[in-house]
This record gives sequence, structure tokens and C-alpha cells, in this order.
Amino acid sequence: MRAMLRVSSLSKRYKTGDEALNGVSFDVPAGQVVGLIGPSGSGKSTLIRCINRLVKPTSGHVSLNETDIMRLGRGALRRARRRMGMIFQEYALVERLTVMENVLSGRLGYVSFWRSFFRRFPQGDVDKAFMLLDRVGLTEQADKRASALSGGQRQRVGIARALEQDPQLLLVDEPTASLDPKTARQIMRLICEICRERNLPAIVSLHDVVLAKMFVDRIIGLRAGVIVFDGAPSGLNTAMLTEIYGEEDWTQIHDGTDDEPTQDAALDTHAREERMAGLT
Amino acid sequence: MSAADAQIRAWKRPPLIGNPWLRWGLYIGGLVYLVAAIATLDVNWTRVVEGLSQGLRFLEGFLVPDFTTRSRDIWRGMEESLTMTVTATIVGCLLSIPIGLGAARNIAPLPVYAVCRAVIAVSRAFQEIILAILFVAMFGFGPFAGFLTLSFATIGFMAKLLAEDIEDINEAQAEAIRATGATWWQVVNYGIQPQVMPRLVGLSLYRLDINFRESAVIGIVGAGGIGATLNTAMQRYDYDTASAILIMIIVIVLAAEYVSSHLRKWVQ
Repeated sequence: MRAMLRVSSLSKRYKTGDEALNGVSFDVPAGQVVGLIGPSGSGKSTLIRCINRLVKPTSGHVSLNETDIMRLGRGALRRARRRMGMIFQEYALVERLTVMENVLSGRLGYVSFWRSFFRRFPQGDVDKAFMLLDRVGLTEQADKRASALSGGQRQRVGIARALEQDPQLLLVDEPTASLDPKTARQIMRLICEICRERNLPAIVSLHDVVLAKMFVDRIIGLRAGVIVFDGAPSGLNTAMLTEIYGEEDWTQIHDGTDDEPTQDAALDTHAREERMAGLT
Repeated sequence: MSAADAQIRAWKRPPLIGNPWLRWGLYIGGLVYLVAAIATLDVNWTRVVEGLSQGLRFLEGFLVPDFTTRSRDIWRGMEESLTMTVTATIVGCLLSIPIGLGAARNIAPLPVYAVCRAVIAVSRAFQEIILAILFVAMFGFGPFAGFLTLSFATIGFMAKLLAEDIEDINEAQAEAIRATGATWWQVVNYGIQPQVMPRLVGLSLYRLDINFRESAVIGIVGAGGIGATLNTAMQRYDYDTASAILIMIIVIVLAAEYVSSHLRKWVQ
């Protein structure tokens, strides 16, 4: 498969001298959902923000569909950003705007200031927004303020906003950080389903290793700004978790997959598809 | 640790100033200064007694407010004051929006920030009376000088508070809008404006009643409005008319307060 997103030797050093990322390289092909795990401060958020340049990397390259994001000027950067949908920790919805306005804000990169100022979005954008609200099950809430929704509903609006952009890539930063376990699973399932439907690649940073193993196709483990693991979720064993997070009792998390070295990848995929369908 | 080993461990909140000499020195020094300062006040008690009786006459006049004798002057003054207040608040608030945006460090580039902060500093450095004296000297007596004074003072007040409000916004919401590929103006319109709007409206209404009260003060230095009428009444020892004016000011301020608190609640 052709790599849609290519990140090569990406480094970021903050003004404070903190080395957040150090020579990170990986490729993501179309349709692949990559889970990004690592302890707090390991550079997960920085990595995600370097890809759409909300944080400017110190060195290295990021290219999306052969476009080098690092070299873009302001206007071109905005046009590149609108192709990258982003979903945030704590939702980052504009609380005082309505659900519909939040979803339509995904089109800001495509419409002129005055059109967006008077909320006169092209009919196509409005149709798409209604379709997305149908998809995430929030059609009834379109004219409510975002602040009136529950956590899970807000994150659904966040997902709709990202998709309203017609993205070629989803950047997802801790989508489940403030959700209860059930809602967290529903949100992860929704994100992964949508990526399958649209053959969208996604990078999802997650705190919850169990959740990562349940839903993603591939896991990248970061520690102190360096990739220490990159592979299938089934490869994440006690030794690897210790490598990423440090010494701890990991036996509960990896469900003893170490004990079944013969487990084949197809089975793994099958199990995951079942979870995706909501059977377990 | 067994129970027998447990000692009683006293705990006291650590003092703000660690050094006891410095701490007690400051307390005692402060007290001595206060006593000394009060001792230097030279109170002329006979003058105070005289003032009390004059105050009584004052009070007598005020107990019988006279709205009618000089009603023409009062109405003209009120009309001038209200016009001045409303126009200055609108103009001042509108001008304070771009200046407030420019004075918010998180969205403005450094040179713009410096210029806008300088405008705010100048506006805030001068009290309304001083501004009124300057504008009266420049544009002559009358409400136009008052309008300029209040507009300029409003800019300093509103732009500073607006800028501080913008600096305190929830950055994640603005970042999310920026991540969609929005332009700077779109980020302001979608990511920032909704967050600061309730406070902006609340502050504008608050400024409206500040401006009304100020309009009564700056009239005294010749900037027109009800203040000028009040000043004339006092100089003529028309305490009954002055009383009528003060009552009207109080009523209008209370009414403005009542209306604005309702409007604020509605905006929220």
C-alpha cells in the first residue's frame, strides 16, 4: 500500500530546552489506524501537533500525499490543515456555539470570512453536516449549544467536525481521556468504523493500552520522544510495555498473549472485527 | 512505628514572611507610621463645627428638591449627558474591540501588541477629569469635549479588560478552530468571540453606567451635560435644584443598573 503520511526524523525541542521528539520516523498507509501510546510527557501530543504544524517541529519532514507540510507558507499550510481532521482530548468544541456551528466550523478552510461570519455556508456543506450528525446520532441536537451535551455526545460532535473537513487523515489526541469506559469504547469504535468506511488513515494517541489493543491496527510506543515499539497490537508484551512505560505489573493488561505465541494474525484481526461490530 | 514512639507533632501554618525580625519589624513599623500619619492631620475643630451647621442648611435644601424652577436647564443637562453617555459608550466600545484584539498577546504579533498596549496605557494614565480639561481646552466648552473624554476613557477600560479576557480564553477551543485551516479572522470569529462575548456585553453595559456617572463629574470642568447644570446650581446656592439633579442621577444610575443586570443575565 502507498504511504499516505510519511514522517521522517522528526524532532522538536521546546524553547525551555525540553526534547519532546527525537528523530521520529514512520509511514502510515491509507486506511490504517495507528495507536500512539506512551507515558505522559513522552511526546504523543507534540507528535500529533507537529503533523498539522500546530506545533512547529525543529527538524525533520512530514508529508501527506507527497505534499511536504514543513515547507508550506501560511496560505498553503491552511489548505493542508483542512485536509487533516483533528479530534481532541476534552473535545475542544466551542462551548457557546451550537452543535451545527461546531460541525460547520470544519468548513472554515473552504469558505470566505464573510460567508462564515454570517453563517451562510454553501448548501452542500450544510447537507454534509446534517448527514454527519445523522451518522453520529445527534440530528436532534443540531441547534443546542455544545455545552449542553454530555461527554460522549460532545466527542461525537468533535468527530463530525473533523469529518466535515473531508479529511485525508485523522489526527486524534486522547479522544477518550475524560469519558467513562463504555462511552470510551463506543467512541473508539465509531472512530475506527469511520476510518474503515472511508479508508482514512488515523493516528490516535491513547492513555489506555487495553483500548489501544482492542481497536487499532498498529501501535507505536513512544518513550521520551523516541519510538521504542512499532508493530501489531499482539506484539505488545510485558517486555515491550516495560520498555515503554517502565517497570510495573503488566500481566493484566496484555491478557497473557505471550502465552500463545502461535496465535495467528488473521485470528487477531477477526477478533478485532468482532469487537468493532459491537459483539463483545 | 509503634504507638509508643509516636510523638505529638505540632503544626502551624508557615508565616508569609519567614524571618521573625523582619516580620515583627514590618508590623510595628506599619503601626508607628499609621499613628504618626494621623498625628500630622491638623484638624480645625471650630471649622468642623461651622461646616456642620452649613451642612445642615445643605440638608434642609436637599429635603425639598425643586424639579420645576429650573426644569429647562435640568432637562437640557440630562439630555446632553445621556446623549454623551450613549454615543461615547458605543463609539468607545466599538473602537476598543480592534485595540483589545491587538493587545492580546496570544493572538497579536509583538509590534501590534506594543502599539495597542501603549494606546491603552495612555488612555488609562489620565483620569477623566484631566482628559476633560484637555479636551475642553482643545474643542471648547460643551458636550463634544465630554463625548471625546468618555470615548477615550472607554477605550482604555474596555480594551484592557477585553485583551485580558482574550488572553484567558480556553486555548483548546481556538486551537481546534485553527486546526480546521481557518484564517486568523475566522479563528477570532469562531474560536474567540463566542468565549468573550458575554463578558464583552456585560462590560459594555457596566461602562454605560460608569460613563453616565462620569458625565456628571466632567460637566464640572466644562464638558457639558448634567454636571454643568449641577455645578451652576451649587454655585447659586440652589440646593433644592441641586437636590433634584442628584435624585435624578441616582434614579437613572439605579435604572441602568437594573436593566443592565437583566440584560447580562439574558446574554449569559
